[in-house]
Amino acid sequence: MNKLLTLGLMISIIMGCAEEKKQKKVEAETADNELVVQKDNTNTDVAFPIYDFDGFEPMLHKDDGKTYVVNFWATWCKPCIEEMPHFERIHSEQKNNNVEVILVSLDMPNMWKTRLEPFVENKNIQAEVVILDDPKQNDWIPKVSEEWGGGIPATLIYNKDKRTFYERGFTYEELNNELYKFIN
Amino acid sequence: MKKRRILGGSALLLIFVAAFAMGFKVETEHNLDKGYQVGDKAADFSLKNVDGAMVSLSDFDGARGFLVIFTCNTCPYAQAYEDRIIALDAKYKPQGVPVIAINPNDPSVKPGDGFAKMKERAAEKGFIFPYLFDEGQKVYPKYGATRTPHVFLLEKTATGNMVKYIGAIDDNYQDASQVDETFVENAVDAMLAGNEINPKTTKAIGCGIK
Repeated sequence: MNKLLTLGLMISIIMGCAEEKKQKKVEAETADNELVVQKDNTNTDVAFPIYDFDGFEPMLHKDDGKTYVVNFWATWCKPCIEEMPHFERIHSEQKNNNVEVILVSLDMPNMWKTRLEPFVENKNIQAEVVILDDPKQNDWIPKVSEEWGGGIPATLIYNKDKRTFYERGFTYEELNNELYKFIN
Repeated sequence: MKKRRILGGSALLLIFVAAFAMGFKVETEHNLDKGYQVGDKAADFSLKNVDGAMVSLSDFDGARGFLVIFTCNTCPYAQAYEDRIIALDAKYKPQGVPVIAINPNDPSVKPGDGFAKMKERAAEKGFIFPYLFDEGQKVYPKYGATRTPHVFLLEKTATGNMVKYIGAIDDNYQDASQVDETFVENAVDAMLAGNEINPKTTKAIGCGIK
């Protein structure tokens, strides 16, 4: 009878694992609205700083006692847009608590004026927005994290003692829980 | 005595069920979490092309290999690479390595990637290669594709289609004229010449498969 119980238990554990695996699959996805591709638009006066990876890299290695929440996103990435309010909420709740949120847009140059600027303005985004414009992705993706396969949303949380990379989306509670591993 | 036999029988049955569940589970986990690595044998498939015909790798008698490319209508990166995918097919189909494009997205989540929309896009862009619909999303998890576009170069051998390269098409999605490393072309050329492929895997930002 004990054997039977053990077997039953094994089966439920196996089934449980299968469930968990299913939920783990969080992937980026394009937003439903089709792209307006505009040629010949100039990006002379984009509202956000534009970096190549070398220019951007110091933001991943600040050593000033603060905790940084660095979120990689794009306006065409639907799950990124869905989790954006959580990063905004963290920003407003924690900005006086030595936490800085940096929203790193991977939008393409022809989207900066047409999509990125209107999005940030319409949503009244308060956290810092920067543009990472470096097509040599195979070179810089591993420099952000060796674990990163290249999907977004992706988030790096770090301070001088600790850093963790997440290739996944977050709920507010999940993001807050992760952040509290850094600030407590 | 009789009762005991029944219990014994049930225990045996349960062991069988557990073993089956475990075996099944291991395979599923391998497929979903990792997919193919370079060196693995890739499974064939039978998927519907935009022209309505079913297409399998085994249909291509004279092929020396395949460029299986998971791509879609809606992803900006996939769109940025459409012309380059056409060029790859034009260059390598005559050398025996045709492009086989597969749309892995679920149209109930991504209406822009439905079969009718695939037909439209293929006609609009003049796709010269099969553009297949992964109905029920059965193929992309086996391969371990995670984003579009995501390339799997296969070499046809006597023992099956072996995975030779996994990753991006080249190192500049923005501007084909600014490309320094043509990862896929280098990989196909090396494969056809019997040389070592380097690199065998590359990373790129892409749209997650939904």
